[in-house]
Amino acid sequence: MNADFTDEGGTLRFRGSLSLAQLGNLPERLDQQAGARTLDLSGIERIDTVGAWVVHRHATRTGAEITGLSDDGRHLMEQVQHADEPVAVPAKPASPLRRVVGEIGDATATAGRTMLGLLAFMGATTIAFGSIIRHPARFRFNATVHRFEVVGVSALGIVGLMSFLIGIVIAQQGAVQLRQFGAEVFTINLVGRITLRELGVLMTAIMVAGRSGSAFAAQLGTMKLTEEIDAMRTIGVSPMESLVVPRTLAAILLMPLLGFYSSLIAIIGGGLLCWLQLDIPPVTFMQRIREVVPITDLYVGLVKAPVFGAIIAIAGCFQGMQVEGDAEQVGSRTTAAVVQAIFLVIVLDAFFAVFFTWIGWI
Amino acid sequence: MAADNDPIIKVRGLKNAFGEQVVHDNLDLDVRRGEILGVVGGSGTGKSVLLRSIIGLQPPVAGEVEVFGEPTLDREETETVDIRKRWGVLFQGGALFSTLTVSENVQVPLREFYKDLDPVLMAEIAAYKVVMTGLPAEAGPKYPAELSGGMKKRAGLARALALDPELLFLDEPTAGLDPIGAAAFDELTRSLQRTMGLTVFLITHDLDTLYAICDRVAVLADKRVIAVGTIPELLALDHPWIQEYFNGPRGRAATASIERQERSSAEMVR
Repeated sequence: MNADFTDEGGTLRFRGSLSLAQLGNLPERLDQQAGARTLDLSGIERIDTVGAWVVHRHATRTGAEITGLSDDGRHLMEQVQHADEPVAVPAKPASPLRRVVGEIGDATATAGRTMLGLLAFMGATTIAFGSIIRHPARFRFNATVHRFEVVGVSALGIVGLMSFLIGIVIAQQGAVQLRQFGAEVFTINLVGRITLRELGVLMTAIMVAGRSGSAFAAQLGTMKLTEEIDAMRTIGVSPMESLVVPRTLAAILLMPLLGFYSSLIAIIGGGLLCWLQLDIPPVTFMQRIREVVPITDLYVGLVKAPVFGAIIAIAGCFQGMQVEGDAEQVGSRTTAAVVQAIFLVIVLDAFFAVFFTWIGWI
Repeated sequence: MAADNDPIIKVRGLKNAFGEQVVHDNLDLDVRRGEILGVVGGSGTGKSVLLRSIIGLQPPVAGEVEVFGEPTLDREETETVDIRKRWGVLFQGGALFSTLTVSENVQVPLREFYKDLDPVLMAEIAAYKVVMTGLPAEAGPKYPAELSGGMKKRAGLARALALDPELLFLDEPTAGLDPIGAAAFDELTRSLQRTMGLTVFLITHDLDTLYAICDRVAVLADKRVIAVGTIPELLALDHPWIQEYFNGPRGRAATASIERQERSSAEMVR
């Protein structure tokens, strides 16, 4: 039976089952009651802690007396009364203006701290590399080779497909625009130079950041949560040497290979389009590529690639090592790793562009 | 409605296997209404798997499980909602939702099953449950990551008790607690069981807990429940594992401490 009560001249007589499932609108109705001296619970069928709490709350508010409980019921009521402690009221929110300004300040401070932390982590990674060079026996050969496979070999399929499509798109869009000047043949220059100089390495870096940078952050973050990294430290294994160095080395060595591979596939894609749409046979296409693309374009791409690889790996490992507390952090740190890596790669790419123009590799 | 003397949990012919490895084979178990049943067994005998089978997280290979007189296996989740409402589960690590505060964690079952409840009342219920399990009131707005292991267990218990369940599953509630905290937890379980008429299914390695609060103890070994009974009844059996478990150095220490307590309380009465 549902919980209910009747007002009998200053005494509230409760009936039914004072339990969570059968409480109904009793709390609201009870809130409107005032002036009762006694709360008589002798007629109830059952009481649980929620029922006891509702009655107790009313009793404290109005100063009424609780009577008629069985021994068990009284024991329950005592436990509930005992557990009644003032709950901390959450602080009043500040004004919207203050909040916005505060949030901007917090975000700026966090960004600054993150950049400093990343710089420090880069330093720590360099030191770890240095100590491995001094003690080559500590180098984890198998772990590094395994990373080669994960970062490089497994990425061949997706990087190849992406590059092929990008080559086709560049050639197709370029041909449409250049046709207006009757200069379709320069499509070859466009494809050859842009893929080797910029897009091959840049798109590969974005793909590697999404594939491997995120994986590094998630792996290290989870290991941090499960105290594996603490366990390593206590055993005397340096996480920097055993986790960060193999990953960074793999990214540094594999990025130029992947970037070169990506450029080649993109050129093949562009050449295919030139053949099909512009009737430039592959032999002519290759001949033209060799004539119009200076070897420095290849150097530009290959110089940038290891730097991008290092940035991606270090950002991933750094964010992974920052994980503390709960599972949500693993997610947010992984996102941060990818965003940070891609952002830094593009910023550095801009600096490289200025630098290579300055030294005359144009 | 099942009669009062029917077992609240009835397991018949349960078989659990992971690939080749058989954990339970033809396991039978009854849990009586209103009792605290301790479940013991060596590591790897499948105590947690048994619990997971009963609450429907681990579909067994064969067998039947009835809770509150209703089968729980092979049923849609929507069909078992009414059963789920009536039990609370405390997982080993607390299993708190890490993105919610302790108070919000306790309110999750309330929000799920009693949407119309006044939010203020809901917050109050969460607050007194938190205090009832022995946490300070300030723990309410904290996130699980800010709590110690023992506090997480208590918060997990508060969530398990959110709906004032009739049946409580505890998976090693006192593991990792300090002796004072563990004793307080035992006392809490006992008093909740008395006041709310709870039935408790308790997995434990803690001999003190077994002696202090369990009405009966079920022993898991050889892929089934080899014996159920009070500790003196179990001691009368001639099974090597049971003898070693209760009569090993730790078992004797627990017995001695219980006897000491009984003597001192008897002296106080005098």
